[in-house]
Amino acid sequence: MDSPTTAMPAHPATFPPPAALRGSLLRHASPQHFHALAGRLLPWAWMLAAVLLAAGLALGFLVAPADHQQGEAYRIIFLHVPTAWIAMLAYVAMAFWGAVGLAWNTRLSFLLMRALAPTGAACAFLNLWTGALWGQSTWGTWWVWDARLTSMLLLFFLYAGFLALTASIDDPQRGDRAGAVLALAGVVNVPVIYFSVQWWNTLHQGASITPRGTSVAPGMLWALLLSSLGLWAYAVGAVLSRARCLVLERERHAAWARRLPEVAR
Amino acid sequence: MAPALSALLRREGQLALRRRGELLTPLCFFALVVGLFPLGIGPEAALLRTVAPGVLWVAALLASLLALPRLFESDHADGTLEHLLLAPQPLATLVAAKVAAHWLLCGLPLVLLAPLLGLQFGLPGDVLATLCASLLLGTPVLSLLGALAASLTLGTRGGSVLLALLMLPLCVPVLVFGAGAVQAQAQGQDPTAHLQLLGALQAAGWALAPWGSAAALRLSLD
Repeated sequence: MDSPTTAMPAHPATFPPPAALRGSLLRHASPQHFHALAGRLLPWAWMLAAVLLAAGLALGFLVAPADHQQGEAYRIIFLHVPTAWIAMLAYVAMAFWGAVGLAWNTRLSFLLMRALAPTGAACAFLNLWTGALWGQSTWGTWWVWDARLTSMLLLFFLYAGFLALTASIDDPQRGDRAGAVLALAGVVNVPVIYFSVQWWNTLHQGASITPRGTSVAPGMLWALLLSSLGLWAYAVGAVLSRARCLVLERERHAAWARRLPEVAR
Repeated sequence: MAPALSALLRREGQLALRRRGELLTPLCFFALVVGLFPLGIGPEAALLRTVAPGVLWVAALLASLLALPRLFESDHADGTLEHLLLAPQPLATLVAAKVAAHWLLCGLPLVLLAPLLGLQFGLPGDVLATLCASLLLGTPVLSLLGALAASLTLGTRGGSVLLALLMLPLCVPVLVFGAGAVQAQAQGQDPTAHLQLLGALQAAGWALAPWGSAAALRLSLD
């Protein structure tokens, strides 16, 4: 069988990038470079997340005007909407890294794919939870079998399936590839699921922010924008730090990893 | 290519006929689950007639799950799978033939049994015909998606529960359009659009699922 492990030594000693890659973005595909780069990016991601989330939520909860129909309850959207965006895009990103890994056999892409899943699942869960809180005060019910709610629930189960599958396979390489195949099957299905469920039943309010313009007050829009960027920075930070852990787990026997203070100890 | 595929189909049929009991289990399960609903929600005929399309479709979906773990398991255990991988024919085609055999042995009987169970719920003739048509178009998609899930979970610790967790969210469109077609017919509307979408799903399934399944099978034999 064309196993990826035979092409590459399982525990390469050091991994200097070939001369052709020096200066190219591709050198970050080496776990060693990625580990260092992500380590440098992480403080920025956390700082941005803290500042933007604080600003966005302060603006959203204290400054933005109350909605003339929904009163104060609408303010949950400053968390509800960003989590929906992250949950959906994280799945696409997962499938993207899975496809890259399957096509080019790059180990790091699979690690990024694995690192994205828990964040995406958490965001899908938060989205459902905040939606239920909002629905109780606005629609008077915790849950309705509406297209958007149901498709988010199904997305959550797709994440759950991915996490369960990758957790149940002991061989890391096989787990990577099986996860990538599943993520790709899922991402082909997500639009079909979305439209089938939409046809089935729709009650959720339509999108207020579209490429053609918005129907949101400027104060709300700024709050939403800042809190979205803040949650994105948080998601990037969480994914990068999880990916760093995965890199160290896989490469713990490599010489460069053993020289790191956190491994040497 | 054709001799290999027909040989594979014949082999699957022969193996299945030697274990006839296993062929009957999903059918009994199907009838039993459908029979549980009136016991759970009460024998009121009008209510049962409204829920019948959904009940029959969900039960068929669950029954088609039952036989899936066996799809590749025994082949994996006795080494047949390795031979299929080494065969000169592309693995995706062989997987498609295996799925076709699986549907003929496990999916088609469900389709044939469904109108009988529909009669128990008092569905009229035209609705029964739509039920059969929707199952005829939809159950092959269930077998295809099931083959993908079965090959991904082959030899993992999760087993059949994991298989269900992977497969069921992917089956939602089939369920929506399948039960939707029957419901539309029952309400006097035209079910053609639903059936056409089911056909489209099946076409896409035959084109894509065997590839994914073949990739997953290669992984399990690495």
